[in-house]
Amino acid sequence: MIDKELEKLKDYKYGFTTEIENIKAPKGLNKEVIKFISNIKKEPEWMLQWRLKAFERLKHLKEPDWQKPKFSKINYQDIYYYSAPKSASEKLKSLDELDPKILETYNKLGIPLQEQKRLNGIAVDAIFDSVSVATTFKDKLTEKGVIFCSMSEAIKKHPELVKKYLGSVIPVNDHYFATLNSAVFTDGSFVYIPENIRCPMELSTYFRINASETGQFERTLIIADKGSYVSYLEGCTAPMRDENQLHAANVELIALDNAEIKYSTVQNWYPGDKNGKGGIYNFVTKRGLCKGKNSKISWTQVETGSAITWKYPSCILQGDNSIGEFYSIAITNNYQKADTGTKMIHIGKNTKSKIISKGISAGYADNTYRGLVNIFPKAKNARNFTQCDSLLMGNKCGAHTVPYIKNRNSESKIEHEATTSKINEDQLYYCQQRGLNTEDAISLIVNGFCKEVLQQLPMEFAVEAQKLVGISLEGSVG
Amino acid sequence: MLEIKNLKASIENKEILKGLNLNIKAGEVHAIMGPNASGKSTLSNILSGKKGYEISGEVRFENNNLLKLGIEERAHKGIFLAFQYPLEIPGVNTNNFLKTSLNAIKKARGEKELDAIEFLKLVKKKSSDLKIEEKILNRHLNVGFSGGEKKKNEILQMSILNPKLSILDETDSGLDIDALRIVSEGVNTLRDSKNSFLIITHYQRLLNYIKPDYVHVLKNGKIIKTGNFELALELENKGYENFL
Repeated sequence: MIDKELEKLKDYKYGFTTEIENIKAPKGLNKEVIKFISNIKKEPEWMLQWRLKAFERLKHLKEPDWQKPKFSKINYQDIYYYSAPKSASEKLKSLDELDPKILETYNKLGIPLQEQKRLNGIAVDAIFDSVSVATTFKDKLTEKGVIFCSMSEAIKKHPELVKKYLGSVIPVNDHYFATLNSAVFTDGSFVYIPENIRCPMELSTYFRINASETGQFERTLIIADKGSYVSYLEGCTAPMRDENQLHAANVELIALDNAEIKYSTVQNWYPGDKNGKGGIYNFVTKRGLCKGKNSKISWTQVETGSAITWKYPSCILQGDNSIGEFYSIAITNNYQKADTGTKMIHIGKNTKSKIISKGISAGYADNTYRGLVNIFPKAKNARNFTQCDSLLMGNKCGAHTVPYIKNRNSESKIEHEATTSKINEDQLYYCQQRGLNTEDAISLIVNGFCKEVLQQLPMEFAVEAQKLVGISLEGSVG
Repeated sequence: MLEIKNLKASIENKEILKGLNLNIKAGEVHAIMGPNASGKSTLSNILSGKKGYEISGEVRFENNNLLKLGIEERAHKGIFLAFQYPLEIPGVNTNNFLKTSLNAIKKARGEKELDAIEFLKLVKKKSSDLKIEEKILNRHLNVGFSGGEKKKNEILQMSILNPKLSILDETDSGLDIDALRIVSEGVNTLRDSKNSFLIITHYQRLLNYIKPDYVHVLKNGKIIKTGNFELALELENKGYENFL
């Protein structure tokens, strides 16, 4: 049995489970559960009302069904909406109070939280199921006036910012999963960078799903005030289970005048086994608002995990001269499915957007790029450049490109390039003749294919991401 | 070093090699000449391990049954193929590819791998020896290279990997005189009592620069005549049609 477990972990080394006592909300989705969540987090009344309003809206919404990957019906009453380690249910004063098992979990994941082992120059908010268990380097950030804390803490300590911005980019009634999140979100990260401050370190959040039959509904809000800059990275993993677990997050970014936000994701949720059993449903809404003039939001994502990835990190380019960027690598192997891309909404004058998408499909997997470039009548001089490349490995997988372009301004420029190629047997032969084994050859070719996107990642993570790209495709060529 | 006995090979039920025999000893340079479709490239593919052929006969390399080894294992044992059409790999820096290749081979042999600085020194030396401009090393592997640059890059790889048996598959086709000289210098500097070469070509031209020990004429899947350099000259004069 243990051997079997180890054998499984070889394919997905983050697939272990931490045995820990949890506090859970009663199973199911109803007003009582929402009150339970709000209550256990000691939220102010306005927050509870906000959630309940979302829940009311949810009753009138249906799951969207236009996506390519179909999934088995989700029984929303059969999910725990809140699960937290008992030891972390109260906000801890220091890491010493944190359950050693949780510390150990993060060590195993390569994200040490203890002072002496911390990752250099990177502040981490660690989220375990429904709660944030630790945030590192808080003092150093506070010196600069940077707020980096869990969402739950921000609701209590910075209500004016939360009230002003929460739901300002993703409205409460946006669509089914976003509204569900607004009703039941549990934790996530909150970032505020004050005027003219360049955040002195990389900020990152590490999401870990541990408990079974639990959904993770995190909420992240990042505000970059005038003239500020921040680079933020999220990583995610989950244990291997036969059930499909739902992860429905909302991420909102707001960049004011001359501010820049760089948001990177390395998503490695459990993808399911070789036969497509289990894995995370990663249904996420991410949207950035370039509110101020000359602001910039850049999304970079490396999506290698999850049974189904369904997300479109988007930019609303409202401020004049604002810039939106989207760099994406989506890798699907075995029976994984991805339907991902971006929306670039050009509202302001001289707004620019750039989309670079690299989809890689192997095994029986299916990979769709879906994107929208929408240029409003007043977006004079708007420009977009889109490049979508797909790489197929084997002949049982699929790649699809679905670009939507809406242009209502005659002075704008839109370029779209797309390619689909198969990994070339001769390229493999060439690499092997030079001494590389098959897996290394594939990893080299695929990393080359993804280079433009990998270059966008913060350096500390680029190396990890490169390895991940190789690992995700292991065994894909027989 | 290399012993080929009664090698037969077919692809999609078409027999290409029909009982080929060839012996190459350490330090020897052999040239194989022959008309189009005589089986020259098939021979180099089979020696390097390309899949897709039905093969019978025996090929021994040093003390190994070569036909049982995988493509990369053959490379680790010291077989190098300079491709007739080198492949393009977008996004992969040429330098990085070379380093990965060299270290993969070193690792397989249990030798110490080179770090970035040691490797750069080696590349600098080899490229200046061969008068190859270093800037091609910073470009993506063979992407946008001219035909000549691709071939020079193959020779640079050969000189860095320092193989025991180098197979040059029509490396000379499409090269101007200067490039031809670079290619032959690459071979001549590697040439010593241990390293062997199998040079596959249509023309005698390259053999003016690299004097082979033996010249074989391949026709219809068999070696029909073996001789010395004179044979190449004779071939060039008479043409394949009249000669055979």
